[in-house]
Amino acid sequence: MSTPAQASGPAADPDDLEDRLQRFATIWSRAIFPVTATSMTRIEFEQHLLPLARLLSAALRARPFDVAPAQSVGAALVAAHCTDPDALSRTLGVVDSYLVLYCGAGADTPVDDLRARCARLQHALAAGFARALRERTLSEQEAIARSALAARAFAEQALHATEARFRAVFEDAAIGIGIADLEGNVLDVNGALTRMFGGLEQVVRGRRVTEWVHPEDAPHVWNLYGELVRGERDHFRVEKPFYRSDGTVLWTNLTVSLLRDPEGRPQYQLALMEDTTERRLLNLRLRYEATHDALTGLPNRTLFSERLEKALTAGEDSRFGLCYLDLDGFKAINDSLGHAAGDRLLVEVADRLQSCATAPGEMVARLGGDEFVALTTGPDVTARDAEELAGRILGALSTPISLDGREITVRGSVGIVEGRAGERGPADVLRSADITMYRAKSAGGNRYERADPEADARAITRHGLTTALPAALDRGEFFIEYQPLVHLGDGTVHGAEALVRWCHPQHGVLGPDRFIPLAEHTGLIVPLGRWVLEEAVRQARFWTHRHADGGPLRINVNLSPTQLHHPGLVGDITDVLERSGLAPGALCLEVTESALIGAEEDLLKPLRQVAEMGVDIALDDFGTGYSNLANLRRLPVSVLKLDRSFTRGMQQHPADPVDMKIVEGIVSLAHSLELAVTVEGVETAAQAEQLRALGCDTAQGWYYARPGAPDRIHSLLLADAV
Amino acid sequence: MDRPAWAPPGIDLSVPSVSRIYDYYLGGSHNFEVDREAARRAMEFLPGLPKIMQANRAFMRRAVRHAVDEGIAQFLDIGSGIPTFGNVHEVAQQADPRARVVYVDHDPVAVAHSKAVLDGNDRAAIAAADLRKPQDVLRSPEVSRLLDLDRPVALLLVAVLHFLEDSDRPYEAVAELRDALAPGSLIILTHASFEGLPVPQEQAGGTVGVYRDIRNPLVMRSRDEVARFFDGCEMVDPGLVAMPHWRPDTPPEQEDPYAFSGFAGVGRKG
Repeated sequence: MSTPAQASGPAADPDDLEDRLQRFATIWSRAIFPVTATSMTRIEFEQHLLPLARLLSAALRARPFDVAPAQSVGAALVAAHCTDPDALSRTLGVVDSYLVLYCGAGADTPVDDLRARCARLQHALAAGFARALRERTLSEQEAIARSALAARAFAEQALHATEARFRAVFEDAAIGIGIADLEGNVLDVNGALTRMFGGLEQVVRGRRVTEWVHPEDAPHVWNLYGELVRGERDHFRVEKPFYRSDGTVLWTNLTVSLLRDPEGRPQYQLALMEDTTERRLLNLRLRYEATHDALTGLPNRTLFSERLEKALTAGEDSRFGLCYLDLDGFKAINDSLGHAAGDRLLVEVADRLQSCATAPGEMVARLGGDEFVALTTGPDVTARDAEELAGRILGALSTPISLDGREITVRGSVGIVEGRAGERGPADVLRSADITMYRAKSAGGNRYERADPEADARAITRHGLTTALPAALDRGEFFIEYQPLVHLGDGTVHGAEALVRWCHPQHGVLGPDRFIPLAEHTGLIVPLGRWVLEEAVRQARFWTHRHADGGPLRINVNLSPTQLHHPGLVGDITDVLERSGLAPGALCLEVTESALIGAEEDLLKPLRQVAEMGVDIALDDFGTGYSNLANLRRLPVSVLKLDRSFTRGMQQHPADPVDMKIVEGIVSLAHSLELAVTVEGVETAAQAEQLRALGCDTAQGWYYARPGAPDRIHSLLLADAV
Repeated sequence: MDRPAWAPPGIDLSVPSVSRIYDYYLGGSHNFEVDREAARRAMEFLPGLPKIMQANRAFMRRAVRHAVDEGIAQFLDIGSGIPTFGNVHEVAQQADPRARVVYVDHDPVAVAHSKAVLDGNDRAAIAAADLRKPQDVLRSPEVSRLLDLDRPVALLLVAVLHFLEDSDRPYEAVAELRDALAPGSLIILTHASFEGLPVPQEQAGGTVGVYRDIRNPLVMRSRDEVARFFDGCEMVDPGLVAMPHWRPDTPPEQEDPYAFSGFAGVGRKG
């Protein structure tokens, strides 16, 4: 290792010099450590300075004298982060005071020369420091500038990418985007928005937002806009119409947002709009189609229901009148002229009806088929107004309608309901009108009737029973009573008539007259009739089984006209008889005279089949219709049941001789046709005796027994047996 | 509208940067006149500011060496600023050549400069992320590439937390980072405070005002408030102390009075 001590010459003690160098470094370190920025510790720093001290020491003594090492010491200080100017001045102070003192001893150079050398070394050190500091400063400045540029370039690149992405989003968005300043000047719009307005950019760009007032603007739109541009609101969303460049209307879902600067001050407004014009038109069309009748163009049931609902909830000073029209005999017209003609007729009727209700608050609607309604509403609507409306309707129909060169006269039945809003619900009002219309129709049609609460109530009860019928059958609410049929000859029980009853949960026990017509009307008579047949046959089989010795016991069951028409009739009867095991001869089916008079052969055929099986057929209520006596011969009938009106005349004493004669004649006729005769309504012993004397075969009536439970027949049979 | 995460903030060199001011305090020339102007004004109130920075550097150096002695070879230095000298990777890789270091800063210029300095060092990198969003830090590509978070890491938060205002939720940020680190990890932290300053608080307040003016508020916190950053950690001896008192190499009494400003400490996650 080349040390300055060795260069100092033989007179110097190397250990002594090293020790002095160390002390010099310590002094130096103490002087400048406080003004350095180094993260070295004091000890580390002192050790860092030691080689530099050695360099200075060597330079002081070297021959030839060279200041270059002092320059490198100055540079080394800068490299050790001693960049503070004080570090240089303190270093120079230490060198000036201590270098010759600590490192000059033992040198062969005179002290004055050493001092001169020391001064020159200081100059060189300062120059080296300054040069290094300048280099470092320049290089660091360059480095930081380069870093700043790099950072800026990166940021700009990223920003460009950001803007490119936003531009792409902006330009290619399917929804319209526009930016305006707070004065409303449109600054930028995208392609979608331009296209919405008709495709011309100048129509939107450079315009003012506030010019886009439209008569159909929601009332609050411009208040919201004012709040937004004043910074009181950050966004709003409305449905808003605009005018396109060609004057047509553009409907939009518009969202406007306020854009603020970093300090939160309102800066721009951003509008996003979605073109809803097509959707809106479609909605309007769908709404129209959903609320209007396709054939006549009149409002349909849906729209009418809305209006009626509105009229009935309009407030208590509001009144309404409703006319419910059903054309009379429209089905016949439809059937004879065809549906196309029927439709044209309905269109013409619709036009005429419309002309009847033109005042404000009046409307006409088609509920379906040939049912129409006219509604009039307002505070002053009276019963008279409603009747006048109905009158106008009937009047409008009175002129014949020309259809395919024919003059068709159309008539109608109108049910009128009128009253005060808030009292009844729409369904209630419509039902009342419907019931009333049917009343007008039942009264012959071509007229109007006003709603009547009692008539409504009756209809409603009937309606209630009708709708309750199917469930009643399922729940087993029906039962059968039996009325004995008695041999007039010996007074023995010959059989019984099955009579169906309905044990209604609210109305109690109802007779067949209350519900059989309803069951006929709805078709429920078929399953109900079958049930009665099964039940009665089962009962008859039971009696026969228990009283095998008492001869055949007959069971009479009524057949309604609808049952007669039902294709399953023969099958049902066969099936029931087979399953019960009852002999066909023990069953008698009662059919009313009116159902068979003038009947076609087709209708008689099933009855004939049943008769051929051995089942008796009785002609019920004989003598009430226009009895075609000649017709009796071709009917598959074996029994005549005389209507009770004939026996009623025999209750008097003495009996009505005309009645007597008629009965005698019928019995004689029947017997000559080999028909048995049964009489109904026998209430007294005298009656019974007279009927027996007239040759009647069997009788039933209160004189013998009222209809009752099956076990009562049972006890009568027992009585006979005794 | 929020600026998307993938768009960096713009570079405005007319605004002073705390990283470059710090460099100026340390005698560097990686700074511009706006930075030096701000630094000079701050030093009018606290002329010894450079000594505080120097003490921070010295503490960091001792703490990194301590971490290496503890067997930790991964370093995450958040708020690293402009690399000058005695940087974490130099200290750590000198002590253990395998040491891996990720620097994190949100100043784009500091990031660009760090990239230049670290070019060629495949065990050190700089991530551009913000301490306020710890997940951005933890999920940065640099952290993923260089650090194994299943093993202990020394997390350095030297002279950075005092630039987070309470509204930045600094405690939550530190907790989130701590939770992501493996047990045995160290948190190495220094923080500015009015406590320990050799001048009256009113005078130091002038410096706080300068930082407020350059929109980089300096938040002085009390000892207790600084101690809360170590929640969930066990303090390494000698605990939370003035910087010169933390495992000194030389007698603390020789240090400049300014070096005793603020607090330094190392905590170990259990």
